[in-house]
Amino acid sequence: MKGSRTFWTVLILLAAFHAVVLFAGFFAPYGYSRQNRDFPYAPPTRIHFVDSHGHFHLRPFIYGWQASSDSYGAYAVDSSETYPIHFFVGGARYEIAGLIPSRTHLFGVTAPGQISLMGTDGYGRDQFSRFLYGGQISLAAGLIAAALSLLLGLAIGSLAGFYGGWLDNALMRGGDLFMALPWLYLLFAVRAAMPLHIAQGQVFLLIVVVIGLIGWARPARLIRGVVLSAKERNFVIAARGFGASDFYLLRRHILPHTYSILLTQMTLLIPQYILAEVTLSFLGLGIGQPLPSWGSLLSGLQQYYVLASYWWMFLPAIILIPVFLGYSRIADALQERFAVVPL
Amino acid sequence: MKFLARRLLYSLAILLAISFLSFLMLQWAPGDYFEAMRMNPRVSAQTVEVLRAQYGANRTFAARYVTWMGSLARGDLGVSFAYGTPVGPLLWPRARNTLLLTGSSMILSWLMAVPLGIWSAARKGALLDRFFSFATSTVLAVPDLLLFLLLLLLAVRTGWFPAGGMVSSNFDDLSFWQKAGDVAIHFALPALGLAVVALPLLLRHVRAAMIEVLNAPFIRAARGHGIPPWRLLWRYALPAASNPLISLLGLSIATMLSASLIVEVILSWPGLGPLMIQAILARDVNVVIGVVMLSSVFLLAGNLIADVLLFASDPRIRVE
Repeated sequence: MKGSRTFWTVLILLAAFHAVVLFAGFFAPYGYSRQNRDFPYAPPTRIHFVDSHGHFHLRPFIYGWQASSDSYGAYAVDSSETYPIHFFVGGARYEIAGLIPSRTHLFGVTAPGQISLMGTDGYGRDQFSRFLYGGQISLAAGLIAAALSLLLGLAIGSLAGFYGGWLDNALMRGGDLFMALPWLYLLFAVRAAMPLHIAQGQVFLLIVVVIGLIGWARPARLIRGVVLSAKERNFVIAARGFGASDFYLLRRHILPHTYSILLTQMTLLIPQYILAEVTLSFLGLGIGQPLPSWGSLLSGLQQYYVLASYWWMFLPAIILIPVFLGYSRIADALQERFAVVPL
Repeated sequence: MKFLARRLLYSLAILLAISFLSFLMLQWAPGDYFEAMRMNPRVSAQTVEVLRAQYGANRTFAARYVTWMGSLARGDLGVSFAYGTPVGPLLWPRARNTLLLTGSSMILSWLMAVPLGIWSAARKGALLDRFFSFATSTVLAVPDLLLFLLLLLLAVRTGWFPAGGMVSSNFDDLSFWQKAGDVAIHFALPALGLAVVALPLLLRHVRAAMIEVLNAPFIRAARGHGIPPWRLLWRYALPAASNPLISLLGLSIATMLSASLIVEVILSWPGLGPLMIQAILARDVNVVIGVVMLSSVFLLAGNLIADVLLFASDPRIRVE
């Protein structure tokens, strides 16, 4: 297959990114809610190998910050304090993938120093750690919502295609309703029907359900088409003649034809749904403080002074570009592989 | 004509169903506008009850729906709790602004997409084509949100453009041409942002449609007859490739409206988007329904226009 090496490279890189996010506790030096009020909006920490005397150190180190006395939120590098970066250090407690408790972090510096690769936010929280923890929420929301949409689409599309008649008509007219609204308006309309102020844990579930519910119509239509053509195949008619039940026919002979569509739709829907969560949380209708999500990390940018002064607050959104590029590469490759007409 | 009449009737039926469903759904919504008011210690429980009765919030679902349909016929779409006025007059100027923004950026992006797509298709596989395909997939991967925030940053940092809004504060004192110029400069950034968001997908489709047509035998025949390449592309290939593009015109309206919602909020363009977000946060149900209905009207109207254009351009559909 042409370009299969790039395909696998992209897939592995993307999987590695997801793994880093999954094990955020290990890769993040700090917890997502740990504040350091002495250093609000500190820029990303520079990592040094050569000290002020020109000596080279094999172990990288960082300098401390000195808060500037004349203006708020301005810092000067204090080269008298050096903090070497240690690897596999003990630190704040976390759970590996939400299960096994641990204290080991990939890297860190000793206490008064703070290493923040992506700077800090207004409460002095480490943006890098919050980005990783936020990824757990945003990526999970995208993945679960996409799976939910596809399951709904699969169920509805195969019912409509297989049984036809009035059921087909009713289900597809229902789908038309969902496609008669611009999808962001639909998303907000459904969000409007849900409670505004609820507990943190429920918000995530709510967001996933809202996003997952609205997107089933297009996959359902595609799957219906496949099922329609598959059920007229000779081997399906033969199996029916031998007395196979509807369920058996669907499971054994018809649904396997829909896998290619499910797979390509999945790679198209995940980035779209990640963005949906980001948009909702950005506008204050999704995940709220202190929980991080990629959307709530960006919501600070709605204030002009943050937007204009602290460029590193853009970093979470910029990192999304290669991630989405990866997803679209995979979607393109799958479409080419399955010879689906690209849309 | 029968085809178009049927499409029109179907669109109206869909609108009716959407109105009913959104009404029903927002009934279930926990916590209404008055809930928040009840929390306010400075508003007595009696006042809340009086207001509820005044707005008819304590009547049955059916009664409220019928009343709402009546007010829809008058163009009011119910009463906004937060503003205390009919929803219709709130919506119209907002809808005009949203249409102004999405309409012109759609024209802008099509004006860019068609020539670039044709150019790219005519030189399939060349450096230029590969550059375009690289650029489109990169732009597609940029989150809309980030793009709009960067435009806002541009406005805030350079001061070349106003940082949001639609008119300056001294708008009323300006002459007609100054007013037009003022709106135009406020309009530049959101329109540019929307056009950039829509462009990559359009470009891809124009290119794909043109490549398919350029492989057709009649093009080879025309080339053999010595038709100049320019004329071949624009007069022979483009009309033949226009069918999927006209359908895309209808579809792209939906994408545009969605993206416009975000750009309106970020660059504070006084369109339907900010109104809807505020209404959701305030539980102003009738405004939410009104915006939902309007966005659906735009989308369905766009699809109808695409149908009419298809009908006009493709004789095969007329025969059907």
